[in-house]
Amino acid sequence: MKPAPFSFVAPESLDEVVEALARHGDDARILAGGQSLVPLMNLRLARPEVLVSINRCRELDYIAVSDDRLVVGALVRQIDAETDPLVAAECPLLAQALPYVGLPATRNRGTVCGSLAHCDPLAELPAVALALEAELVLTSAAGERRVPAHDFLVAEMTTSIDEGEVLSAVAFKRQDPSEQSALAEVSNGGHVFPVGGVALRWASEEGVCVMARIAAFGVGSVAQRLTDAEAALVGSDLGPAAIAAAVAAARSAVDPTGDIAADADYRRHLVGVLVERGLLEGAAP
Amino acid sequence: MTDEYEVTVTVNGRNRASRVEARRLLADFLRHDLGLTGTHIGCEQGVCGACTVLLDGRTARSCLHFAVAVDGSDIRTVEDLADLDELHPIQEMFHQKHALQCGFCTPGFLLTAVELLESTPDPDEATIREALMNNVCRCTGYANIVDAVAEAAVQLRQGRQP
Repeated sequence: MKPAPFSFVAPESLDEVVEALARHGDDARILAGGQSLVPLMNLRLARPEVLVSINRCRELDYIAVSDDRLVVGALVRQIDAETDPLVAAECPLLAQALPYVGLPATRNRGTVCGSLAHCDPLAELPAVALALEAELVLTSAAGERRVPAHDFLVAEMTTSIDEGEVLSAVAFKRQDPSEQSALAEVSNGGHVFPVGGVALRWASEEGVCVMARIAAFGVGSVAQRLTDAEAALVGSDLGPAAIAAAVAAARSAVDPTGDIAADADYRRHLVGVLVERGLLEGAAP
Repeated sequence: MTDEYEVTVTVNGRNRASRVEARRLLADFLRHDLGLTGTHIGCEQGVCGACTVLLDGRTARSCLHFAVAVDGSDIRTVEDLADLDELHPIQEMFHQKHALQCGFCTPGFLLTAVELLESTPDPDEATIREALMNNVCRCTGYANIVDAVAEAAVQLRQGRQP
């Protein structure tokens, strides 16, 4: 199918983007890479009356370190973040996750912020944002507010972006060089639409786990932190008993639904398998 | 709502311009406004890859872009690959290795292969298969396509001119 008619503006600055959003209200949608939005428009599941393209806003195409944060602007394509040395050094979990996002051709165009704003329950990056305790920078005519990932990710395809706001950047917490991290997922052939997955990061001192962050996707309507599983690891030696406790806690914490790819019981089992796999593979030298 | 917008792009080295509705997909812009029907439209939702083109040097689904949103871009389509009477080495290997049957998906595969071999002249099989995940073929079972890309890499490394 073809999209319904709409009108199009392509401002050259964030100020003008925000002006356009203020003018058009909730008739407007932001167009970045379009790799999630345009399929929905082609299927007429989305029918915005105005598209505000940010593709001419060069000021939004940046990756920078600011205090304890790695900040990724709204126009950074997934492929560019995937190969960026700053991302690899400061947020290796993000670099580990990006090769799983979509396909090479969609990563060439899709943006990091666009995937977060779309909030697909099967998407990797919302879980990465939770595990990296990201703050989402929402800009409007009224100014800027920073929203923690767990408040930003509301439900399937639903975020806390209000009318008139644009997700102008995401600020991930920089990982400590001593940390380990992993992205583990399972998919049915190819990795366009995974069945489910987990993003993990943790740190140990003298053989004792001192920090763990685990977030899952594909096992509920929105990505979620698995805080009980984290608690099962902190203070442990990350040995088999601790991992088994984290696996059990992960399975208890999720409330998956079944669909054509996998039933609910499979997904509940899967999240435990992937927590264990992530911990073991992430710990491998 | 049916406003038209001026779109100017470089396609296969030539400046092309047209006035189109905002909802004109790049794939339809190439086919209907510019007459370049080598770009095929399969699923129209980004899954199949038949409509793959090179957009500013990188593979992109032309069904997932609005022409108006890529105004000013540089685009390469399958029509850019062959000379008048000589196939591009990748096309030649698709021919020799029987890497197509119905041929509908082939333009997308060719451009994915172009992107791969321009950045990775000596790919192993796993790298070829990873790149080819961009595209769906319902006829061949992929084995011959993988062979064709691997052989095209050899030909290009030996200096066959594209």
